[in-house]
Amino acid sequence: MVTIEINGQQVEAEQGQMLIEAADKAGIAIPRFCYHKNLSISASCRMCLVEVEKAPKPMPACATPVADGMVVNTKSTYALAAQKSVMEFLLINHPLDCPVCDQGGECDLQEFSIGYGSDKSQYAEIKRVVKDKDIGPLIATELTRCIHCTRCVRFGQEIAGMRELGATGRGDWMEIGTYIEKSIDSELSGNIIDLCPVGALTSKVSRFTYRVWELANNDSISAHDCIGSNCNAQTKNGEIKRVISRQNDSINDAWISDRDRYSFEGLQSDDRLTKPMIKKDGAWTEASWDDALQFAVNSLKDIKDKSQIGTVCSPSVTTEEMYLLQKVMRGIGSNNIDHRLRQSDFRGQDQDPLFPGLGMSVADVAAQQAAILIGSNVRKEQPIMGHQLRQASLKGAKISFVNPVSFDANFNVAHEFTIAPSQMFKELKVLAKVALENSSAGAPEGLAALVSSVKVTDEHKQCIAELSDADNSMVILGTIVQAMPNYSAMRILASYIADASNSTLSYLTPGANTSGAYLSGLLPNRTQVAQGEFANTDGLDTQAMFAQKLKAYILYGIEVERDLDNPVQASQALDNADFVVSLSAFVTDAIKAGSDVILPISTITESSGTLINVAGIWQSFNAVSKAKGLSKPGWKVLRVMGNLFNIDGFDYQSSEDVINELKSALALENSQSETSRATNQLVWDCPENISAQTTDIQRIAELSIYNVDAVTRRATALQKTQDAQVDVAKINSALAKKLKLEDAQAVTAKQADNTAQVTISIDNKITDNCVYLSAGNVAASSLGGGFDTIELIPA
Amino acid sequence: MSEINKDLINAASRVDIDQWVAKYPADQKQSAVMAALRIVQDQNGGWLTTELMDAVASYLDMDKIHVYEVATFYSMYEHKPVGKHKICVCTNISCMVCGSGEIVDHLEDKLDVKMGGTTEDNRFTLKEVECLGACSGAPMIQIGEHYYENLDAEKIDKILEELK
Repeated sequence: MVTIEINGQQVEAEQGQMLIEAADKAGIAIPRFCYHKNLSISASCRMCLVEVEKAPKPMPACATPVADGMVVNTKSTYALAAQKSVMEFLLINHPLDCPVCDQGGECDLQEFSIGYGSDKSQYAEIKRVVKDKDIGPLIATELTRCIHCTRCVRFGQEIAGMRELGATGRGDWMEIGTYIEKSIDSELSGNIIDLCPVGALTSKVSRFTYRVWELANNDSISAHDCIGSNCNAQTKNGEIKRVISRQNDSINDAWISDRDRYSFEGLQSDDRLTKPMIKKDGAWTEASWDDALQFAVNSLKDIKDKSQIGTVCSPSVTTEEMYLLQKVMRGIGSNNIDHRLRQSDFRGQDQDPLFPGLGMSVADVAAQQAAILIGSNVRKEQPIMGHQLRQASLKGAKISFVNPVSFDANFNVAHEFTIAPSQMFKELKVLAKVALENSSAGAPEGLAALVSSVKVTDEHKQCIAELSDADNSMVILGTIVQAMPNYSAMRILASYIADASNSTLSYLTPGANTSGAYLSGLLPNRTQVAQGEFANTDGLDTQAMFAQKLKAYILYGIEVERDLDNPVQASQALDNADFVVSLSAFVTDAIKAGSDVILPISTITESSGTLINVAGIWQSFNAVSKAKGLSKPGWKVLRVMGNLFNIDGFDYQSSEDVINELKSALALENSQSETSRATNQLVWDCPENISAQTTDIQRIAELSIYNVDAVTRRATALQKTQDAQVDVAKINSALAKKLKLEDAQAVTAKQADNTAQVTISIDNKITDNCVYLSAGNVAASSLGGGFDTIELIPA
Repeated sequence: MSEINKDLINAASRVDIDQWVAKYPADQKQSAVMAALRIVQDQNGGWLTTELMDAVASYLDMDKIHVYEVATFYSMYEHKPVGKHKICVCTNISCMVCGSGEIVDHLEDKLDVKMGGTTEDNRFTLKEVECLGACSGAPMIQIGEHYYENLDAEKIDKILEELK
């Protein structure tokens, strides 16, 4: 530690810290444009010039390291004169038309001009004009306003890991842009809007729909992946106008993904359900809440055998809703409750941990020295986790993948085992064999025999050695492997590999609140009984519920044809059912076709609630935007249902009452906001050997980035991005040659009796003999299981 | 994709670029970017296309935009076709004081083309440049790799004659 003096105030600073950091910590404001705490230092704007005693000239605070005894003045005449001059130069080419600029009112240049600038300019010459560029559907450019701070350029290089923007030309001709016409495709691209200190980069979706002083700030939590990024959803007249990031150094740093930023557009979709609806004699009519709820409850009461009722819930609703939903269902005597929409192998479910999570904080991931991700396209599934892994990688971490597709990574990948889904178990056997050979502990029962026949390569050895040699390392199970047909066997092997290499077994889970679903008991196989204790129950999992064609279903926040692993099977079960109630924020023909009553529930931003992220952090939030029409927060609807069923204990006054009840059930203090992270490691239970010699072509289904939930699917700008263009069947050139198919050819994809029309796209990142046809998109809605065999027939 | 791009760089250029790459540490291949751009520019008759810059990016494992930045920063890289001989006329202070204005006028008259333009027969391109570090010989021009110093109209005529 060193002591310096800033403006006469003694300030403690760390050795090597820059002046601006020390000043920020002490609450002393220094104006800046190019400096940003989460980016590298460029010292190009010179706005932070300060007076340092004994220095021959004003020094940039962002690039001047502190030294013991340094005497700094940020407000002396000398410092202010320097800042004023810089300001004058910055304004030379900047238009002075703040009233027509979208940034007006929240612009650093505007603010600092008032605070540190002059009221007149000596510049009488012509200002330069820079042509705007089209950089895609999300970000609008007004490059004449750019002051060349290069934050956006550094963000691309350092955080997004895709250097898409650059500064071309020089001097007066320097321009920020892509040089060639191209869209910005990073999944974190929207952050450059928050970073831009002026109005050069603004949101194409939000701009000019508000003035910034009309917006109300609402702290909120992003609900599109399991990270729980902190955001600020800004509203005008109760309607979300834009979402910006909110700093949280233990979760998302200063960033949010584009999905979290732009999904709010889906809230205004035309197909929002505003009134309860009842189907009578095949015709849909609007109904009052009383009638609709009474109708739903009476119809469910008519089902005498309660084990004939199945409840399927989205993993992206609030914990309060999940807790009440399972409480209602268990209250009427049904344990058929599940939120695991895409899982198809439930054999290991009784070994599930308290909740499947990271086993560490989100920020801890950046401190790992090695990791192996199994079945994960982390960058697109949980962009902020991708960011944390990239930060680890930049510090030298060895990160490897076992995946059916060689997904684009934005960091150096140590080892990549790209292999068909059917072969992934074998691949894990190889890794387990290496781990076993390296381990000093004895082999668990049956493992030696299980792995005896597989061949080990040097690359496998290196990969495991990197895990074992690291002080901190993790074995991560991604959402792709969790959806695979032999997930339970692979998970046991992954757990063994983690155990033997002294790594943490981690899960990256689907949806925003899988942790909440586990902790609230939204599972068929267990329910809470007392302080943190769970009892086993014997309900049906998602797959079984639809396979067994029950008499009644409750669908909570899901669109069957888009949200389930096997949409066709589910649709058939709904057609066959006597009674189906959908609680949904949207109404579509598909929902109508499959339901008898539809109740409009609020989306996450329209209701108060709590999300529990993959690290076990409980984050509660208030309602941000106005409910649509007569729609109501889900917890209120469920409270009424509980009462209509005469179940005890549904007298909640607020969503807080609900979450506090759950907290005490879990033996958590009300004020506590974190569930302790128990180990995820499993008890060894030797998996059956699966031989996977098949010549069939296997489908690979990944839930693509902008298809994850009903709101995101309706966000029009996101749907125009490159990442959203997934309505194709991707195969590699070897398979294309074998099947005599060409790029862009129209084909019929066939799984058992189900077909869909798709276009071929040749992509050599796909492993041999597999068809990548992502889940959740339109074509997939008429197909079966995500990893079933598939045929491609030329149309 | 990158393979096709790399093919744009011919074998001789690759040998040249590799020589430059060898001068730098193995993990800092991008240090050779300026030399590589010059080499492919020469190969392409004096100017760079986006495809060539992409090829250099993929050859040196760089982001494309990084190459564009370098190629647009330095004035010796051309982004439009140029004539067989590019005449770079220094108009910076020393040359200006010593009469670069007359050199410019004379060249423009003689070749019937304005600064920045190329003659109809594609033989000459005129380009105004900043100081080339030859103030002792002002006024001066650079053509190809040669400096021509202490110029006047007669000398220019002779130089142009020789280059025809």
